[in-house]
Amino acid sequence: MSKLRYVGRAVLFILAAIFAIGFLLPTVLTVTNSFMPQSEIDANYGLVFEGAKKGGSYTADRINLKFIPDKVSFSQYITALFKSPDYLLKFWNSVILVVPIVILQVGFASFAAYSFARYQGKFKSTLFFVYIVLMLMPYQVTVVPNYLVSDWTGLLNSRWAVIFPGAFAPFSVFLLTKFMRRIPVSLIEAAKLDGSNEWQVFWRTCLPQCRSALYSIAILVFLDYWNMVELPIILLEDAAQQPLSVYLSTINAGEVGIAFATAVVYMIPPFLLFLHGEEALVEGITHSGSVKG
Amino acid sequence: MKLKERFDRLNDRARDRVSGFLWLAPSFLGVAVFYIVPFGVIIYYSLIDNPISRNFVFLDNFKALFQNEAFKLAASNTLKFSAVAVPLAVVLALLLALLLEARIPLKSQFRTFFLSPMMVPVASIVLIWQVLFHYNGVINEFIALFGADKIDWLQSEYNQLVVITLFLWKNLGYNMILFMAALSNVPRELLEVADVEGASPLYKLFAVKLRYLSPTLLFVTILSLINSFKVFREVYLLTGDHPYEGLYMLQHFMNNIFKALDYQRLASAAVTLAIAMVIIIGALFIAENRFGRDVEG
Repeated sequence: MSKLRYVGRAVLFILAAIFAIGFLLPTVLTVTNSFMPQSEIDANYGLVFEGAKKGGSYTADRINLKFIPDKVSFSQYITALFKSPDYLLKFWNSVILVVPIVILQVGFASFAAYSFARYQGKFKSTLFFVYIVLMLMPYQVTVVPNYLVSDWTGLLNSRWAVIFPGAFAPFSVFLLTKFMRRIPVSLIEAAKLDGSNEWQVFWRTCLPQCRSALYSIAILVFLDYWNMVELPIILLEDAAQQPLSVYLSTINAGEVGIAFATAVVYMIPPFLLFLHGEEALVEGITHSGSVKG
Repeated sequence: MKLKERFDRLNDRARDRVSGFLWLAPSFLGVAVFYIVPFGVIIYYSLIDNPISRNFVFLDNFKALFQNEAFKLAASNTLKFSAVAVPLAVVLALLLALLLEARIPLKSQFRTFFLSPMMVPVASIVLIWQVLFHYNGVINEFIALFGADKIDWLQSEYNQLVVITLFLWKNLGYNMILFMAALSNVPRELLEVADVEGASPLYKLFAVKLRYLSPTLLFVTILSLINSFKVFREVYLLTGDHPYEGLYMLQHFMNNIFKALDYQRLASAAVTLAIAMVIIIGALFIAENRFGRDVEG
């Protein structure tokens, strides 16, 4: 019996390991391939990225997937980071779109969540429901109102056309309200008795209680917008303003090596956040787990 | 100053109402300006013939939309994709969560690995996806070892399979976390009683755990359904503006009308989708109420 159980556990472990390899493989391959010089990329993947063949360099007649480059080279990174300003510019575009969205969305949400969590009322609960419905709407629906407003206000093709809809997206409000509802009322009553005014209750009592929640929500929002595609391609016609998440897919065949390096550079900020905040992230996801309060 | 005096003179209830509203105001104003008001205008646009003459035509725009071949193709592709991707996303995520509940070594590492695709931007990964699934790609080389014919993964009816793989790769971790949280909420005593009674692991899963999981099961289903509408992102990055027929999604349709700036079609498509989503979300609420009560009560 115990032997059987042991075998069973081994089978489960192997199963988990197979899944783990599947989940990690694309990321790992991207990273290792980013250290291949362009000539090696051409030789290995020439058949996939046609056009890379120009220049008469050698191309294998079969695809040649490699984990470890024959010759480790940082030349792709040097080109991507120092020699071709395009990539760096697009990376910067991503930063100046995403950072304001994260800060503004979490900021506005903390006010709104405080209101939803502390003050009840029929109008409030209806409004909260509207927020939830909006949160669940796909971009196909929400991008049309976003577009109209940017058009009316002349924001179209400026980065504010992307930042404003992001700043007011209701996801953070929803999640933060759930966290704030769990703050004991007695804590707030006590602060009021101590003579705190409304702002002090919010700033000194309420917010410190949700520090980890704010962090996990900020991570979730960052991961989502760092990956954005739908909003920029509709609201920013000017290719020069596109974030790297859009631009990476338009890279020319001849620059595949640089694209790999840029792809890795683009992963670094979310990767660092993930390393540091995995527990907070898991907690955030767990609390998103029910639509009801 | 005068305003402050008037505020102080209010009774507690009214004061609460005022401050409650003030806290909400910044967010609500933004949501109203960028989402709610323009959506009202869109509903209006969907009912008129064009923004200049503004004659009411009621459902004509919708009729035209439903007769539009591109819309039909996009809607059916999106539905087809969801019909396959959503059940897979739910079942596989539950499997992963159960796997991590078993007593195996390196559990927390496995959780990290399964969750890691969440942090990888899709744009960073499409290159390797192309290497894998291209006609001359790795997968074809691999199946050629077994004597199978090459498949043009991205430009044949198989292309949905490629995108489903990418979708699952990206979304399973999130769903798995939701299931893990729900599994840890199944009352231990109940499982112990089942153990004492000599219940098999399968019986425990179906008779005990799944009953407690049903609200989460439902939530994950709806969440995956909504995420499956967002799969345009992956498709766009893999195949660009004009994918092979099987991957022409609703968002492609929307993008093309954006380019043509056909407000009537845009508006009626957005309204149609919004109505479909409201029906889905409504079903979620009703179902969650019913199932939730079953367990709580």
